[in-house]
Amino acid sequence: MIEARGLTKAYEDTLAVDHLDFQVVEGKVTGFLGPNGAGKSTTMRMIMGLDHPSEGSVLINGQRFSDLKNPLRTIGALLEAKAYHPGRTARNHLLALATTNHISKQRVDEVLDLVGLTSVANRRAGTFSLGMGQRLGIAAALLGDAPLLLFDEPVNGLDPEGILWIRHLLRGLAAEGRGVFVSSHLMSEMALTADHVVVIGRGKLVADTDMANFIDANSGKTTLVRTPKRRELAELLSQHGATMTDVDDDGLQVSGLETAAIGEIAFSAGLVLHELASVSASLEDAFMSLMQDDVEFQSHSSVVHLEGEHA
Amino acid sequence: MSITTTTERRQGFVDLLASEWVKIRSVRSTVFTLLITAVLTIGISSLGAFAIAANWNHVPVAQRLTFDPTSRSLSGVLLGQLALGVLGILVFTAEVATGTISATLTAASSRTKVLLAKIVMFAIVAVIVAEIVSFASFFAGQALLSGTTPTASLGGTNVLRAVAGTGLYMAILALFALGIGVIVRHTAGAITTFVGLVLVLPLLVTALPTSLSNDINKFLPFTIGQTMMSVHPQPDTFSAWAGLGLLVIYTIIILAIANWRLTSRDA
Repeated sequence: MIEARGLTKAYEDTLAVDHLDFQVVEGKVTGFLGPNGAGKSTTMRMIMGLDHPSEGSVLINGQRFSDLKNPLRTIGALLEAKAYHPGRTARNHLLALATTNHISKQRVDEVLDLVGLTSVANRRAGTFSLGMGQRLGIAAALLGDAPLLLFDEPVNGLDPEGILWIRHLLRGLAAEGRGVFVSSHLMSEMALTADHVVVIGRGKLVADTDMANFIDANSGKTTLVRTPKRRELAELLSQHGATMTDVDDDGLQVSGLETAAIGEIAFSAGLVLHELASVSASLEDAFMSLMQDDVEFQSHSSVVHLEGEHA
Repeated sequence: MSITTTTERRQGFVDLLASEWVKIRSVRSTVFTLLITAVLTIGISSLGAFAIAANWNHVPVAQRLTFDPTSRSLSGVLLGQLALGVLGILVFTAEVATGTISATLTAASSRTKVLLAKIVMFAIVAVIVAEIVSFASFFAGQALLSGTTPTASLGGTNVLRAVAGTGLYMAILALFALGIGVIVRHTAGAITTFVGLVLVLPLLVTALPTSLSNDINKFLPFTIGQTMMSVHPQPDTFSAWAGLGLLVIYTIIILAIANWRLTSRDA
């Protein structure tokens, strides 16, 4: 299990990660969701002992990273897309890593096969496409046959086939009883892969819940209805248990009632409708609205950031 | 695939050392830089020997009397030491530049052990290569000088010390460079710092008043190297071995700072 407690990373003027508490448990894919710049990579680097927390801690099976006997055999990670020397072959890259944790050469060939790089194993990795490089990084993560696995934006740069492959791989790893922690800024991708989701924005925890609950809570269907008699209709609908908000001058956004039921209620009361439409909010929309206030790099502030960098 | 739950041996220093060996031998730039070191050192040493042999009749008598064939045959070390130093720098900065460092560090629980493995593995390679290059330069130089000028043999006073010691000097200086690489992290910046300390600093010191420059000069790596190459004792310097000891101290200090930087900073 990975357990973060009050995990915090402060840079000179910003809190990149702000007192995060969460767990990644075995047997599940835990999605780590947040817009770019929310602090996902920093959090993952702290788990892997690359960055030091300013406050709080993150433990792997109760131990700090630096206390692990053989890190690769406990937790495997894909952090950077290209964490290899372009002049070294894929096999030698993996062999150098395997040697540090006394992992056998056979295992190196096994993971090369697993990620589909066997035929290019002796080619220098600098000649690899983005997708092949990503597969090599995944091979490195799988090398130690570890019960815990971390993937930072694994689908970046992959073609649709590759994305499907990753999805199956992650599901398969969790089915084998491993704890899989995977970050993404794409809600739709997470919805298909994760059992549990940890959402952060501006370094802060926004949600930590089952994926099923998250979807139920955030993707409810609503109905848009327009009528010149808005007040009357609203009263009727609330008697039937609906909740609603006003839209424009004559519209209502209604949830808690089927579209057909709304039409029938209006008809039996003799109320004229100008529009009756069912609206399904996508998960992506839900995620965006959840993140609305939390996106760090909004357009007005990005100018300031650029100026700061040039100064 | 199955999850291994067997009790396991803790990652040892030997495992990290073996990994560094895989890294060194699996990249062409290593072999390339070593080859440049050999060609530069042996080539320029031979050129120096050839040049003085060809002009021997025009060399003033006073200079002929103090001529040191050993030191002359090692003159290419001036550039060879830089090439080997660059390789020392690359041991670390190449990992930073390519991003390999994050893979290396997430595979190891102790950064100090990673650094130590790099130091030991590179020290072995550097000593072997530097000694081969130093002896090869010496023999090539003596062959070119023979028949025209006085020559040296390994049995001569201080000759073996000069040739073997020069190899050691090059290797230790390259470890010093490795430490600079860890501290600076960027290849270009580290090379500039290294060349500045080895070659530019002595030039700056000569611009100082003589009394002051003599005092400072003997502490410089460059002077330590020149003293080691020479069979005759040099004025205003430490003895060859004392100088090398000083260089070892510099290197230990630099590597200690490197370790501190590596362990205290985010990777």
